[in-house]
Amino acid sequence: MVENNLRFRDDPVHEEPAVSIDSFLDQSNATAVRIEAGEDARLLIPYLDRLALVEIDFPRFRDGRGYSSARILREAGYKGEIRASGDVLVDQMLFMRRCGFDSFAPNAAIDPEALDAALNRFDYVYQHAADDAVPVWKLRHG
Amino acid sequence: MYRYDKYDQAIVDARVEEFRDQTARRIAGAMNDDQFKPLRLKNGLYLQLHAYMLRVAIPYGTFDSRQMRMMGHIARKYDRGYGHFTTRQNIQYNWIKLEEAPDILADLATVEMHAIQTSGESIRNLSADQYAGAAADEICDPRPWAELLRQATTFHPEFSYLPRKFKIAVIAAEEDRAALRWHDFALRIVKNEAGEQGFEVFAGGGMGRTPIIAYRIREFLPSDEIFSYLQAVLRVWNTHARRDNIHKQRMKILVHELGEEEFRRQVEEEFQHFLTLKTDFPQAEYDRIAAYFAPPPFETGLGEEIDRSDAAFALWVDRQTVAHKAPGYAIVNISLKPIGGIPGDISAEQMDVVADLAERYSFDELRATHAQNLVLPHVRKADLYTVWQALTATGLADANLDLVTDIIACPGLDYCSLANARSIPVAQKIAQRFADMDRQQELGELKIKISGCINACGHHHAGHIGILGVDRKGTENYQLLLGGSGAEDTSQAKITGPGFDEDGVVDALEKATNVYLRERAEGERFVDTYRRIGMEPFKEAIYG
Repeated sequence: MVENNLRFRDDPVHEEPAVSIDSFLDQSNATAVRIEAGEDARLLIPYLDRLALVEIDFPRFRDGRGYSSARILREAGYKGEIRASGDVLVDQMLFMRRCGFDSFAPNAAIDPEALDAALNRFDYVYQHAADDAVPVWKLRHG
Repeated sequence: MYRYDKYDQAIVDARVEEFRDQTARRIAGAMNDDQFKPLRLKNGLYLQLHAYMLRVAIPYGTFDSRQMRMMGHIARKYDRGYGHFTTRQNIQYNWIKLEEAPDILADLATVEMHAIQTSGESIRNLSADQYAGAAADEICDPRPWAELLRQATTFHPEFSYLPRKFKIAVIAAEEDRAALRWHDFALRIVKNEAGEQGFEVFAGGGMGRTPIIAYRIREFLPSDEIFSYLQAVLRVWNTHARRDNIHKQRMKILVHELGEEEFRRQVEEEFQHFLTLKTDFPQAEYDRIAAYFAPPPFETGLGEEIDRSDAAFALWVDRQTVAHKAPGYAIVNISLKPIGGIPGDISAEQMDVVADLAERYSFDELRATHAQNLVLPHVRKADLYTVWQALTATGLADANLDLVTDIIACPGLDYCSLANARSIPVAQKIAQRFADMDRQQELGELKIKISGCINACGHHHAGHIGILGVDRKGTENYQLLLGGSGAEDTSQAKITGPGFDEDGVVDALEKATNVYLRERAEGERFVDTYRRIGMEPFKEAIYG
């Protein structure tokens, strides 16, 4: 599946395979962990400084729990890679980017043209998220 | 009312282009229908029995003549010459072609309208008190908060793939005209003991197959923290709700399973966290929005007298107009419930007439109500007769607000792919049975609400008398419910017993009204009598 991977980071790709959240909490020397939908990202908060990759799985693209998981990690100060894996489709990737995902391992390849259009279509956003987009209320009032 | 600036317009325009691209990719086969479905739903486009249905947002039920004329234009150009106002203050078109949907959204965008988040598992278009800004009993106009929350919840990146839909309502009066506690998240603007304005917050309400009345989760929330609080509620729900059974994913189920106290505790914890993120909109943005809702320039020194010499007009005035906060003005309700008509339907020609009336006589403002009627919010009492004459000429002068023929009904099996039974013919038969005006007035306030399936779009749980259409061994069957309310006396209706066929349920409903007429005490409405005497006397009359 590596050929489908998309990355919005400059640092080298993290090679260590991601372990499950249970194994991570048992043997905490791993640096990459995988969160399944429904698992609580908050459990990782005490260990963020030793993590380089958190992979968040989307079993179905309509399952929105992963968006909150990513934001919870970013809000806790995590700067490492957050990868969306599984049923990841082009039309959900803008909001994923806004929630702090910076790499993608989709089941099926993403059309680069459609992705470019999807990520760049909206010049403005209404609210703060985990990205650096400035909400329009701030543009309105300086 | 609110007007878009360049940012709002750019966002809506970009949305139209996004959906045009998505539709083209779907038609070209670049995505399958399962992948396209949530995208079209978030743009208001449902697939119904015969065609696509487009639900256009009317944020908090407020619109103007230009927008009403555009609704008429869309009805003529893309549909069959009419539209249907819904129980969440939106308008639906029932005969839409997928390939034309992007053009319709583009037309809507030219008058600052859209269909964003009117469907799907998203934060839906907000509803509000239809008399906002006009009501004599409100403590302030709730619409600036509704507009602020509209912006805050539009394309919220974390909460766009929620477990289920999420409905919000905002009011600022004691009287509840918005079915507040039947919403997932509901706000009543109140003042605390220090005189500061804030929100009384309700959470976890909803109808559907598991009706639950929202509980009060917060007595007083400072208004400038509302977005933090809302996001806290959404995050608790989004992270904890089940995803394995679509019927168990509304927030009300989570609240029920966790218990009110535990849900509140988790929300408060998350709320404290959100406050540290500083995502709340600043006072300056509230002030900017509120300036658009400044009261219109009401004339002063107007008289209160109304010439009542025309009896039909006097009847309409008594039924359809409501006290206005400004002297010499009235709030006018326009009935979309003609006897034998389809509740909430309006033709393009009627839309044009109503648009003209709004422009000329109501400071260019219109409202849609959750009871599927329209409102001219600011009419001089001196103009009422002229307005009534124009409404009479276009068939919109029925005087039945809150009476037995002012029926809420979902589209039912005539249109909807989810329905088990038709709703519209039942509404029509009830209206015909009770068409006599003296009889309607004798029965007084009586709210009939009809749903064609357990999803409850016709609010049958909240009807003084509710009717629920079900499928019973392949035939349409109707259950009768009594004692519900969507007003400040919120209550859930109870089923009387075994169901009926279409004519049978009309007979049963009539028997229930006869019990009321026999048993009522001075000043009691139907629902008051039911609450006092209970179900038994009604059951005896219906089944005995």
